[in-house]
Amino acid sequence: MAALDAFRSETRAWLEANCPPAMRTLMPEEEQVAGGKKATWARPEQKQWLERMAAKGWTAPTWPRQYGGGGLSPEEALVLEEEMQSLGCRPPLRGMGLTMLGPVLLEYGTEEQRRAHLPRIVTGEIRWCQGYSEPEAGSDLASLRTRAVLQGDHFLVNGHKIWTSNAHLSDWIFCLVRTDPAAKKHEGISFLLIDMDDPGVRPRPIRLISGKSVFCETFLENVRVPKENLVGQLNKGWTIAKRLLEHERKGIGGIGARAQARFETPMQDVAKHYVGEVDGRIADPALRAQVAGWQMKNHAFQLTRRRAAEAAEAGAPPGPLSAMFKYYATELNKDRYEALLAAEGVQGLGWEGEGFTDDELRITREWLRSKANSIEGGTSEIQLNIIAKRVLALPD
Amino acid sequence: MPMILSEEAQMVRETALEFFRERSPITALRKLRDDNDATGFSRALWQQMAELGWTGFLVSEDHGGSGFGVAGLAQVMEAAGRTLAASPLLSTALLGASLLDLGGSADQKDEYLPPLVAGEAILALALEEAAHHAPTRIATTARRDGAGWVLDGRKVFVLDGHVADHLIVAARTGGGADERAGITLFLVPGDAPGVTRSRTIMVDSRNAAIVTLTGVAVGPDAVLGPVDGGADLLDRVLDRARAGLAAEMLGSAEEAFERTVQYLKDRKQFGVAIGSFQALKHRAAQMFCEVEITRSAVMAATAALDENANDAALLASLAKAKASETLYLCGNEGVQMHGGIGMTDEHEIGFFMKRARVAQATFGDAAFHRDRYAALSGY
Repeated sequence: MAALDAFRSETRAWLEANCPPAMRTLMPEEEQVAGGKKATWARPEQKQWLERMAAKGWTAPTWPRQYGGGGLSPEEALVLEEEMQSLGCRPPLRGMGLTMLGPVLLEYGTEEQRRAHLPRIVTGEIRWCQGYSEPEAGSDLASLRTRAVLQGDHFLVNGHKIWTSNAHLSDWIFCLVRTDPAAKKHEGISFLLIDMDDPGVRPRPIRLISGKSVFCETFLENVRVPKENLVGQLNKGWTIAKRLLEHERKGIGGIGARAQARFETPMQDVAKHYVGEVDGRIADPALRAQVAGWQMKNHAFQLTRRRAAEAAEAGAPPGPLSAMFKYYATELNKDRYEALLAAEGVQGLGWEGEGFTDDELRITREWLRSKANSIEGGTSEIQLNIIAKRVLALPD
Repeated sequence: MPMILSEEAQMVRETALEFFRERSPITALRKLRDDNDATGFSRALWQQMAELGWTGFLVSEDHGGSGFGVAGLAQVMEAAGRTLAASPLLSTALLGASLLDLGGSADQKDEYLPPLVAGEAILALALEEAAHHAPTRIATTARRDGAGWVLDGRKVFVLDGHVADHLIVAARTGGGADERAGITLFLVPGDAPGVTRSRTIMVDSRNAAIVTLTGVAVGPDAVLGPVDGGADLLDRVLDRARAGLAAEMLGSAEEAFERTVQYLKDRKQFGVAIGSFQALKHRAAQMFCEVEITRSAVMAATAALDENANDAALLASLAKAKASETLYLCGNEGVQMHGGIGMTDEHEIGFFMKRARVAQATFGDAAFHRDRYAALSGY
């Protein structure tokens, strides 16, 4: 305990000395740093903050030091997160390399693969995207058809991926490919790392209901992938795919619990602003009930996350809760924006231009973005299927 | 505020689960109902519960208890909820013990707590006066008469009121209709002259009574806690009751849920188990989530109450609201998913739905606690 307290005070002092003041402000979505060769910087402090954190390995706090990580214990990493939160520090780097591919390479990658890719994820040099879904393989992911044929020292890959988030801004893509079309659908899939510099890789952004284009479709045409970029064994990629999805769902399930929470205007204050107060209470009792209902659901959910974390620390086997977290957190996040829109009235319905504050316009777009939460990374319906099957053991 | 059970609490939990499963399954409640049992619970069972120490969990060691705490008692209540066991756990081991332990004078503790811990005395809180939980809306009056007091009023939904040896009556000694100030608690013998009690037969087959007080004279030593200042003590104790009842409801919800999932596996239609149908799977999975969410709220609330944490009241409201919603869900879905057999009295699933409704209404339903949560949070 004393060691952890010492770590906490050292960490706080370091953050105070090294986190630029501009990186202790509310982060607009467009100022998220995801790195990569195509990275753009809205302000120089973003780059400075990333470099300082990456030098300590604190962009990937729990990864081993030999791969550029911070080498922190889970308890120390939690302290770092808490201190960043209390100082309002922005996350220096985000992305699928950190939250999804990295953990999978640590578990399934070869030593060469770890050394080649992990340090470049930690520093933000390489940005990764995810080649999972296909036009005909959404919830039924294992029916994917992108083909990879082993030809001597390389695979030749042909196919069509979709919902590849930020593919147009990424450098590498981790892909599920079919390597044995004759096998049962879960048994002929492999997990490949593909350099998007290959001219056969062509991402195309898709305009979404929010007016933004974070998702792409990505065409793969005669792409040559060196054999050593296969992760795990040939045709055994489904296990790795599922493990990565667990990491993805954990990330999506973490919505609402991230750092920077202190900059969010509490929902009740938004409600008071738009409908007024009577004796210090939200004037409209129906809206008050909606706000309190949401806050209570969120409160109980955050307690559940803590309970799962404490059980894990105490050495209990990982519970069946991860599928629940993804489902619950994303539904909760959607409800949050519905309540905010209800509070804002027509002020929450502007698309652009005059008559609306930046916050109002931001919330409208985030409301639309939130609708993807319960679709991406496995729909809510798929999560409920997983709970029914794995936790409740209901028959197929 | 720990979110995992201590070793001691885990032991209590296991003992309690086995105890109720073996000695008070739902058939026991059914028998009490069908026999029109005048007491409404088994005194022999209550005696055994006292011997296990459960009546003393909220009583300090000076008065024969263990002071083990709300989180410990919640384990027992959750286990009781599993089998819908009828007992004075809430009225006596929780409410009565807490009111005396936290608010009683030294003499009152000496007089009332040892028999309570021994399982010999039943207590009942006479609080509500109308259809909805309203802890400060009290019209029952107590006026000074010499050194003592005279009480007049009518109380409803008094849990175990018809068999209680002592009533703890909330009466108005000052203040206006719905004011916090001016509420005083009185210890009144159940058979005092002027007290009439009639049992109300509730849909869940558990105990409640209407208590009428007509010119009931008590001495000065009947006052429990401060004169005119009973609302604070009441709040603190009611929050314990809300969290404890939420634990009981969690047990009932989980049991109804597990029985329903088992039925989905056993029942065949169209040549397959109905649990293979996605329409039912998804609803079962949603129930699972709500049970887990409720468990977290209950654990946090009971731990916070034991620590006297600042957010204990907020968490008690959270726990009671979540437990109310979740037991309502599991009770109703339980009956629906059992189909026709779920509508029969012979099947036990209906008992859970009936209990859900009464437990929801006890000490504030989800709407009450949503509003209270908002008020406590400054909106």
